[in-house]
Amino acid sequence: MSTTEIDRQWTTRLRQRATGKLPPEKLLPDTQPTYVASWIYVFGVATLAALIMVIVTGCILAIRGPLWWHGSVYGHFVNSLHLWSVEIFFFTMIVHLWGKFFMAAWRGGRTLTWMTGVVTFLASIATAFTGYASQTNFDSQWITTQAKDGINATGAGAYFNVLNLGQMLMWHIVLLPLAAVVLTALHVLLVRVKGVVPPFAEKVEVHS
Amino acid sequence: MSSKRFRPDVDAPEYHGRYSPYDIIKEGTIAIVLVGLLTIILAIVFGSPDERAITIKTWSNAAPVDFATTALSELNGTSGTAQYGAPYNTASTGQQLGPLQLSKWVGVRIPINTVKDFVISPLRAMPSQPALRDALTQWISASTSTQDAWVANYTKAADKLTFTNSVVTVPAANAGPVPIFINDLTQMARTGALDQALITESGYYTTDYTRPLLFLADGAYLESVATKQHLLGTQWGMMNETGSYPGQAWLWLYSFWYQIPPFNSSWGANADVLVWGLMMLLSALLLLVPFIPGLRSIPRRSRVYRLIWREHYRDQK
Ligand code: HEM
Repeated sequence: MSTTEIDRQWTTRLRQRATGKLPPEKLLPDTQPTYVASWIYVFGVATLAALIMVIVTGCILAIRGPLWWHGSVYGHFVNSLHLWSVEIFFFTMIVHLWGKFFMAAWRGGRTLTWMTGVVTFLASIATAFTGYASQTNFDSQWITTQAKDGINATGAGAYFNVLNLGQMLMWHIVLLPLAAVVLTALHVLLVRVKGVVPPFAEKVEVHS
Repeated sequence: MSSKRFRPDVDAPEYHGRYSPYDIIKEGTIAIVLVGLLTIILAIVFGSPDERAITIKTWSNAAPVDFATTALSELNGTSGTAQYGAPYNTASTGQQLGPLQLSKWVGVRIPINTVKDFVISPLRAMPSQPALRDALTQWISASTSTQDAWVANYTKAADKLTFTNSVVTVPAANAGPVPIFINDLTQMARTGALDQALITESGYYTTDYTRPLLFLADGAYLESVATKQHLLGTQWGMMNETGSYPGQAWLWLYSFWYQIPPFNSSWGANADVLVWGLMMLLSALLLLVPFIPGLRSIPRRSRVYRLIWREHYRDQK
């Protein structure tokens, strides 16, 4: 086999593109520019950590099925862990969002990083909503009967029926988490590809 | 880049400064441990709410008159569901976004006929009771106009509806089988059989609660329980949950619009679709901030970044 034939293989080309865009030292860097030293940078990582907690606790809730937590002390505690990791997730994500906004972190070819972030935010809201709809308790009865009017008014309610528990549960534990995780992975990889956005150039810099 | 003009809100300056050691895996591990600990502490201290679901059984036992009145509204077509429009039926146009009748265009995709689905079909599922069986036969063999007249006669007297000695009574004349329907449906509800009938109308296995939830929401009882829990739309609604929990606090902006004019006044009839439209517009703006002149300059103009990168700028001096 000639080398050119190997070079032309899809596998080889995919590997070369991937390692070209994201060589190991960019994927897992051991240094960062000194400007990456503000407390605001903590929130991206904290969001990721909270997302992991949300998924782990959600997986434990999934083992025994959607009704288990009503009748088990341990189940109820896992539900509390799931709820509070979600609250932390949203808190850290929103601080992260506004932090990135005020850093204008889309600069220098990072628009896709920003946009995957916003879509993740919206997907997370939908995930949390379907979670409330899947609780099988008074909250889910009230929240869904209220929310149906908004969604029905847009026409989407005809296909996304918030009163259909099976449908909401499927979205909550399969479709939306999958979307959120894929989007988050893409988001974090994009950050690694592009590197952390440099500060705005100040006049000071020009003089010195 | 050198040939193009440098746009400070779009392009990033090149960095020629120093780099410092940064242990990304260690930082991630610490973050997971700390977030995990915080989650455990919050879960232990605050727990989570879990109010039992209401059933039609609890409703009709706690508030039989409300239940019977709601059952009548399903029969005479005045209930929220009966008058809803798409996606349940064609009773009304539904909300409009300016000239756009979005829900009507999508059409009836979850057909609900409140007379048939909420009253007649459940009653037909009742084990054989001679009086009820005769009443149902009478109803089915009557013309629509006769049916309407019976229901209208019953409705006229319905403000005197009472529930005494476990029987629903209305001083109505010429109401045909309607008194039996309303009373028997109430009895059925109080045993829990109506919950079951509504849930299993579409088959043995089911995960769809559309019908029992719509029926519940047509009554006043569900809302009265929600009011006690401060969950009404005018109380910032569904972003809250029972008890003193933060709920879906991130929906604050969505809930906010419902609290202010014109959404809670002159635009009230179309508030849902208007608020949704507005939120979609705002979401699109957030998504497209990097492309929108003016909006994308806010970070640079506001100079909040001076605070974020203050050490960097101090080093530069
Ligand atoms: C599941 C939700 C999210 C996770 C797990 C997440 C995670 C991260 C992480 C770990 C970083 C790199 C570290 C940092 O700069 O903080 C980052 C960067 C970034 N995030 Fe997010 N993020 C999420 C949502 C969002 C949202 C909602 C936005 C904005 C709308 C956003 C915008 C950005 C931007 C623009 C960067 C690049 C930062 C830079 O170059 O300095 N992210 N994100």
